[in-house]
Amino acid sequence: MRGATHARWAACAVAVALTATACGGGDDDSGGGSGTGDGSGILSSSWGDPQNPLEPANTNEVQGGKVLDMIFRGLKRYDARTGKANDMMAEKIETTDSQNFTVTIKDGWKFSNGEAVTAKSFVDAWNYGASLKNNQKNAYFFGYIDGYDKAHPEDGSKQTADTLSGLVVTGTNTFTVKLNQKFSTFPDTLGYAAFSPLPQAFFKDHAAWVSKPVGNGPYAIDSYTKGSQMSLRKWDAYSGTDKARNGGVDLKVYTDNNTAYTDLMAGNLDLVDDVPAAQLGNVKSDLGDRYINTPAGIIQTLAFPFYDKDWAKPGMEKVRTGLSRAINREQITDTIFQKTRTPAGDWTSPVLGEEGGFKADLCGDACEYDPEEAKKLIEEGGGFPGGQVKISYNADSGSHKQWVDAVCNSVNNVLDNDKACVANPVGTFADFRNQITQSKMSGPFRAGWQMDYPLIQNFLQPLYYTNASSNDGKWTNKEFDKLVDEANAETDQAKAVDLFQQAEEVLRDDMGAIPLWYQNGSAGYSERLSNVALSPFSLPVYSEIKVS
Amino acid sequence: MGRYVIRRLLQMIPVFIGATLLIFLMVNVMGDPIAGLCGDRQCDPATAAQLRKEFGLDKPVWQQYLTYMGNVFTGDFGTAFNGQKVTELMSTAFPVTIRLTVVAVFFEIVIGITLGVITGLRRGRPVDTGVLLVTLVVISVPTFVTGLLLQLLLGVEWGWIKPSVSTDATFDELIVPGLVLASVSLAYVTRLTRTSIAENRRSDYVRTAVAKGLPRRRVITRHLLRNSLIPVVTFIGTDIGALMGGAIVTERIFNIHGVGYQLYQGILRQNTQTVVGFVTVLVLVFLVANLLVDLLYAVLDPRIRYA
Repeated sequence: MRGATHARWAACAVAVALTATACGGGDDDSGGGSGTGDGSGILSSSWGDPQNPLEPANTNEVQGGKVLDMIFRGLKRYDARTGKANDMMAEKIETTDSQNFTVTIKDGWKFSNGEAVTAKSFVDAWNYGASLKNNQKNAYFFGYIDGYDKAHPEDGSKQTADTLSGLVVTGTNTFTVKLNQKFSTFPDTLGYAAFSPLPQAFFKDHAAWVSKPVGNGPYAIDSYTKGSQMSLRKWDAYSGTDKARNGGVDLKVYTDNNTAYTDLMAGNLDLVDDVPAAQLGNVKSDLGDRYINTPAGIIQTLAFPFYDKDWAKPGMEKVRTGLSRAINREQITDTIFQKTRTPAGDWTSPVLGEEGGFKADLCGDACEYDPEEAKKLIEEGGGFPGGQVKISYNADSGSHKQWVDAVCNSVNNVLDNDKACVANPVGTFADFRNQITQSKMSGPFRAGWQMDYPLIQNFLQPLYYTNASSNDGKWTNKEFDKLVDEANAETDQAKAVDLFQQAEEVLRDDMGAIPLWYQNGSAGYSERLSNVALSPFSLPVYSEIKVS
Repeated sequence: MGRYVIRRLLQMIPVFIGATLLIFLMVNVMGDPIAGLCGDRQCDPATAAQLRKEFGLDKPVWQQYLTYMGNVFTGDFGTAFNGQKVTELMSTAFPVTIRLTVVAVFFEIVIGITLGVITGLRRGRPVDTGVLLVTLVVISVPTFVTGLLLQLLLGVEWGWIKPSVSTDATFDELIVPGLVLASVSLAYVTRLTRTSIAENRRSDYVRTAVAKGLPRRRVITRHLLRNSLIPVVTFIGTDIGALMGGAIVTERIFNIHGVGYQLYQGILRQNTQTVVGFVTVLVLVFLVANLLVDLLYAVLDPRIRYA
């Protein structure tokens, strides 16, 4: 009996953990506040306990991201629908050589504690984020800025500078940025939360700031009880044009996204930004058109251990392509994910749009399911090393087990061999990551990528450039690197995108990683709400929600 | 009696050290927790090294354990990865779980023992058979099923309760979760009491009491029940510890931010400090509950004496 409980519990934990890391948690309707349609209504939304302290450069998951998205506005902001980077606090960002940028910020902006937002607010915040001694997990965002290697030495040598030499304040509202390489789309990366400005209060009394963060966004934090609830209220003196259309948001921590969903059904909660996997089958009948399922900037792939010579030797590209063609993506996304994932046709994401570099058929045949061709390719390439392929994944979160098993089934059916592909679960996410970073993988492994900013560059360079920070499989290709460098130096957007796509074709021809599917964001909401949308980062766009 | 208690307290020391050492090693065996902090990407090595140093993870395990225990004795349980003190987490989580446990134990005692006495006295009658059947069903249905079912029926369909418990977690909100948590133990308590009562009903001292012409009520409460409670008290005593640490399922279903939830999150994030801290306190609860149970024996059965 106890045994049964545990087994079920494990299954549940899996579903939940996925939620906790990639999606929203819970919330509850505490404040209530019966809105009257005049923009004063307060909504309640599900939340999970943020994993890290709520500093902009230290928040790398969705739960903390939700808060930062409400209380901060950076130089740019990504349009929730198109993903395009529009000027927010930036008056203009100018460059002549794609390497030296002059930033002018808009005048008159304030933090909610009354402090003015100046060029110094940005430069200080970025220096803080980059400096090694502050332990900021998003420090690598500042890696393109000149002087990063001194403020954040990667090789473990002593930090020799506290600030980035590439950042210079040149006036109250202007500063210059010098990059360590050409990077034409750099301004478009500045919408990420890590680039938010910080008030002096952050530096003067850090502990007080962290317990109740102060920003320059449309909401201000009214009260924050760690681990249970945060109340955000509309900040009337907000300087931007995207003022909140509701009176505020109560974020409440839920222990389980199923409970949050039940609370939504019972009318105790207004917004659940992560519909539990177990409810996907009945969510349409439960919520009707109050359920949204839109593409998010997340792609799931299978990476290969190129440090293992069995997988890297010439000819293996045929085996890798064959493996890709042996996976019936359509069937898996339909049955296991209930269409909350879309079969992938390239290595980017639909949120980029065609103009941004998304090309649904770039992978072409190499990603089409074709049992006969797949079998032929694998045999031509010499078969799997050791006659068997082991797909590794972390078993503690997400519904990874289900899809890895399904992928293996698909491969086994194609090859008509029950032992051709087996799943290799790793107990915890941390252990899984450890094995990856220590290059101990012996076969393909699960790799997921959530974009930092909606640029094709972000889907390619950090993942496949030689020795890039997230190149877990250590794939390397000179042609690819050259095309990426050229693309970064290209000032014309369309030409840059074209070069990136050429690089992607190089990746395809060598099948450096198998694209599986694009992940969607999902949310459900109560009848009180309207105008609910998810951003490409799968965050609800709170400021636009109307409460009736 | 006093010497007995002191001996028992001294015996707790090795148990305590052994238990904490085991849990400390188990959490460490799971690997480097820092790797899980950066999502699906590699933590940049410099920051990871820095974090490891800050949390003392770069030292050998035995040294980590000694430092940790040293800190625990001064009341410092360390810091969780989100920057919160573990003692702070405990101060919010334990009161909630204690309230939940109190509700659950209350149900166990009141409903469980009452049903046990009734069925024990009416063995073989329809009441007895009926209750036995019901307890069988309760024991065989896993807690999460009862929990989710009650939550759906009472919370969503009929709207009698809120499906989730608020942050305050007051006693009235905890009635349904407490009942769910207690359900299985409650069934065991019923069965234990029933068997014990049925057995002792035929004992000499009960016959003597009846022969002396004592009122039936007094025979049952003073003579029969008191002597029959020993196995039941043993069970409830150990159950207190199990209820506090093992409420993970119930706490998650009903959104209770108690010990089970903190432990779950600690394990998921591989947060050694949180897990070891909470388990240490739970080990203490177990030990103290066991001691109390042993002392209660003497109260319940005059024949038992501790020298």
